[in-house]
Amino acid sequence: MVTNLDWKRTIGACRLLKARAFTYVRPATVAEAIEAFAAAGGEASYIAGGQSLVPALALRLQAPECLIDIAHIEALRGIERQGDRLRLGALTRHVDAHDDPLIAQYAPLLRLAAPHVAHPAIRNRGTLGGSVALADPASEFPAMMLAMDAEMEIAGPEGTRRVPADAFFQDVYQTAIEPGELLVAIHVPVAGPHHRCAFDELARRRGDYALVGCGVMLAMPGDVIDDARIAFLSVGPTPVRARAAETALSGTRLDEAAIRNAQIALSEDLDPSDEAHMPATMRLHLARVLLGRVLGHLGATA
Amino acid sequence: MSATHPISLSVNGEEISRLVEPRETLADFLRRDLQLTGTHTGCEMGVCGACLVLLDGRPVHACLTFAVQASGAVVETVEGLTESAEIADLQRAFHERNALQCGFCTPGMLVSAHGLLTRPGVPSREAIRDALSGNYCRCTGYEAIVDAIEAVARRRAAGESAVRFLEEPA
Repeated sequence: MVTNLDWKRTIGACRLLKARAFTYVRPATVAEAIEAFAAAGGEASYIAGGQSLVPALALRLQAPECLIDIAHIEALRGIERQGDRLRLGALTRHVDAHDDPLIAQYAPLLRLAAPHVAHPAIRNRGTLGGSVALADPASEFPAMMLAMDAEMEIAGPEGTRRVPADAFFQDVYQTAIEPGELLVAIHVPVAGPHHRCAFDELARRRGDYALVGCGVMLAMPGDVIDDARIAFLSVGPTPVRARAAETALSGTRLDEAAIRNAQIALSEDLDPSDEAHMPATMRLHLARVLLGRVLGHLGATA
Repeated sequence: MSATHPISLSVNGEEISRLVEPRETLADFLRRDLQLTGTHTGCEMGVCGACLVLLDGRPVHACLTFAVQASGAVVETVEGLTESAEIADLQRAFHERNALQCGFCTPGMLVSAHGLLTRPGVPSREAIRDALSGNYCRCTGYEAIVDAIEAVARRRAAGESAVRFLEEPA
């Protein structure tokens, strides 16, 4: 699995470079941005916060001929409630996920995950849309899209379409976004008073990429779980929904037995691969420990 | 060499217009074009935090922003914060508590600390450590830096302003 962490590990091995020369355009609308991509013959990258892209350019892991700066497109901004959905413009910054009152109220899982995303200065500039479109399997926000059942609004030359999170993440850094298309907004079902959610992750040091992370969203109108959505990060090439664990929880009261059954069910959901610094069995074990903690926390606060 | 691009931005209160190569980072622009060498370039990939500046009022990595992206923005560097005396109390506390040795990380530390202390409330030591989690210091072991920031947070909460420390000998 190639992650940002791996780029950063190359710091000792690789001669540091500056980005290769590129041209720069700053479109004012989504249509102009998509046109600019086509005009560059596809040898272009969109840039918003650039907190993952700029290091990739500096290390020359990527070398587009043109950077299309989408940070000034008004249609990509804003956080607003639209009926039973919260619309998050793609330019919503990580710090907004932490500070914005509408997000705290209607998409609380993002609020809970935000402090775990990188470091404060990165959160000041990095965007939600950028994180989701990059789809780093070790990132927090992409996995939370799965847990929240979010929909991605994608604009392209043919118009706009929406893709549910379950169909969005396809492989390492691979999403349903086709070359030249642009993630415009994220639509999240509004959480109500009967929803309970929690997030936690295990990392060697705070701010490091998670060894494993987990977000849980429970619909729990009374004592019994009506519906559960559980998503893990850092367990494979994409963020992963733990459907067997979700099934194990549905209809239960979130008691010890239900939590244990959900932990056991994880072996059906997760299939991590052996890596140099961590065997697959250890990662699965950590995922179970983490799920137990997150659900235990929810059970204790129910 | 690619064609240069005209940019205009405010740096430490001064309106600046220049031609830049799109691939020039804001950190290199500040250091090379404006001779504002207080912004340090360490890792140049957003890890070490030595290049932090305020971009539209928030601490960001100048190495993870191209200068062209900052056109139209308001940038403040450690030089600007020093001149305006906004962080005079922080600088004095760093000095008093030996919160720097080689000093390479210090501009970034000060910008992070400034960002933290402009948020409401008095931060706990844990919150201070968290705010500094993207700033590497290889000399001090961080303890003295946390001490200095904590002391300033308390003094400011007690009503002391940063400017009061400007005229006193260090």
